Amino acid sequence: MAAVSEDTRERRNRRLTHQLLGMAVGAFAFGFALIPLYDVLCEVTGVGNPKDLLKASTVTVETPDENRLVTVEFIAELPTVGSWTFKPVVAEMKVHPGRLYEIDYVAHNLTGRDTVAQAVPTVSPGKATAFFRKTECFCFVPQNFARDETRTMPVRFVVDPALPKTLDRITLSYTFYDNSTRVAALN
Amino acid sequence: MANSTTAHAHDDHDHKPHGIKRWLYATNHKDIGTMYLVFACAMFFMGGAMALVIRAELFQPGLQFVDPGFFNSMTTMHALLMIFGAVMPAWTGLANWMVPMQVGAPDMALPRLNNFSFWLLPFAFTLLLLTLFVPGGAPAGGWTLYPPLSLQAGDSFPLTIFAIHLMGISSILGAINVVVTILNMRAPGMGLLNMPLFCWTWLITAYLLIAVMPVLAGAVTMLLTDHFFGTSFFTASGGGDPVMFQHIFWFFGHPEVYILILPAFGVVSEIIPTFARKPLFGYESMVYATASIAFLSFIVWAHHMFTVGMPLAGQLFFMLSTMLIAVPTGVKVFNWCATMWKGSISFETPMLFALAFLFLFTLGGFSGLMLAIVPADFQYHDSYFVVAHFHYVLVPGAVFAIMAGVYYWLPKWSGRMYNEKVGKLHFWLSTIGVNVLFFPQHFLGLAGMPRRIPDYSTQFADWNMVSSIGAFIFGFSQLLFVYVVWNAVRSGEKAPARPWEGAHGLEWELPTPAPYHSWDTPPPRNVITQGAMH
Repeated sequence: MAAVSEDTRERRNRRLTHQLLGMAVGAFAFGFALIPLYDVLCEVTGVGNPKDLLKASTVTVETPDENRLVTVEFIAELPTVGSWTFKPVVAEMKVHPGRLYEIDYVAHNLTGRDTVAQAVPTVSPGKATAFFRKTECFCFVPQNFARDETRTMPVRFVVDPALPKTLDRITLSYTFYDNSTRVAALN
Repeated sequence: MANSTTAHAHDDHDHKPHGIKRWLYATNHKDIGTMYLVFACAMFFMGGAMALVIRAELFQPGLQFVDPGFFNSMTTMHALLMIFGAVMPAWTGLANWMVPMQVGAPDMALPRLNNFSFWLLPFAFTLLLLTLFVPGGAPAGGWTLYPPLSLQAGDSFPLTIFAIHLMGISSILGAINVVVTILNMRAPGMGLLNMPLFCWTWLITAYLLIAVMPVLAGAVTMLLTDHFFGTSFFTASGGGDPVMFQHIFWFFGHPEVYILILPAFGVVSEIIPTFARKPLFGYESMVYATASIAFLSFIVWAHHMFTVGMPLAGQLFFMLSTMLIAVPTGVKVFNWCATMWKGSISFETPMLFALAFLFLFTLGGFSGLMLAIVPADFQYHDSYFVVAHFHYVLVPGAVFAIMAGVYYWLPKWSGRMYNEKVGKLHFWLSTIGVNVLFFPQHFLGLAGMPRRIPDYSTQFADWNMVSSIGAFIFGFSQLLFVYVVWNAVRSGEKAPARPWEGAHGLEWELPTPAPYHSWDTPPPRNVITQGAMH
């Protein structure tokens, strides 16, 4: 370092301090920016956006692939035990890619009050997510339940014929959350 | 030398406030450095006591002493205290003491900010420790605070989050101070590549801190709003993703582990040349290796979360980039060995700790490489093997380097020598204790024992007992460390200005004990070039 006067040094110190503080503020903002950035990254790399699972897919009518059978398994999860029953009417079915199918899930509100529930889907393996199209699903909107109400809720889906040949089994899983405040925030 | 002694002769009459005001209003880098070190030591013992609760419970299978919820609080609080309360403040304390002395500056660049960054810490840790007494108990979901579990904590939740905010602000401000001091306050004639490696590693650490501590602050703020204000950053029922938290957390978390270890590289790079009586081998490659490690630390985070699932390409990327870190680290280990090659080595306590660091940190690095291998990691993940790995790099890694640094510089700080015999006893008990404590945990992990459990299956009983015995040896031998330091400061023999004949660097050109203000007049150029013989 070259010798500098006290004034210059103080000015330099102040400038560098402000730059570094700016860097810290930028890093704080970056932490929040990571959330949309991940969605972008998933979109770009073809992993698919998990939020798309909550939206209806538009399906162009395709000829079903009658020569191919894919097994679709249905799973129901509850984050807390005891306040609901929630299950699919069938555990699995064999489907032809390209054909529209419908199955039902049944939920029974045991919370002892009127409430709102939201089902959150996931599809496994991750590679299959982009090829599993739901045209109608009880997960697209929050479901209002009266106290002790039991309801059958349909989901309609098509497996895209472009599904990679290596996949012959897809699992559709729903987690059923009872959460009135968050459901409101989502919409 | 004689010149600088007279130049500083009047310093004892310096206007320093006495009593409690000296510490409350402290702006002197040495006073603040001392407070950081004492604070870190207190947290080290508190976190250590929690570790002993853990090891006492795990001494035998079954539930003996504490209930499982409290056990989980102990693992969580132990980690938070040791990382944010002991190791990080200890490094900031060493930086406060040494950086101005090593770059030829009178003090830190921003003395009042320095005071503020220290005094945030007692408040932060008061908040954190208060959680032990609130309904629901202290946080028990692990220091990683993964949702949804961390959101289910009781009243401890907001206290923990605000404590982390305060710690974060403290370390960011401390880091800014170090950067400004190093970049703007170096003595005329001291180029960046004349600086001792401790300053270099701290400069890089400080940039890491400024880049990632705010990301942690952001992540915990999102947890806070998810919990209290109905946002859904990580709440699946509202469209959020709990795995997202893990990505953000480890984007902070991996650079964080280098924040804990890079200054250790600096300290060891000072001590090994001193006691090998040879200049450091490959000074510039050390600087570039440190910078490479810092850069790589930003692109490896997902190796902490292989088991949550990610595309094959992602697994490959994070596996290979993680393994790449072994290259610059290998350069450093090679350089330290080459420094000792054909040196005339003597084994005083600082050197012993530095050598143990070299062996045991490398061992911890190797188990890290094993964990980087994706298919193997599926087996090791969340097992005691991971516990063994990160304790090897943090205890005989970071903590040993801190102790080496304290032994090395204590004569300069206090003007008195520590008792070499007790120092060596402390070293041997610590080194034997730490290996008895952590080495069996490798076996436990490979045999399948999960981490963070208060009880275990009986086939793990033997090694757990050995590990707990090691823990008590290691834990109680740290009391010797306090004794050695206390004894040296109170009644040690007077130390010469250069107590280690092989020591180079500007700090040794100052009289002993180091004057209240370090370099009121910048050191002359010939002293700088002499001191810069790395």
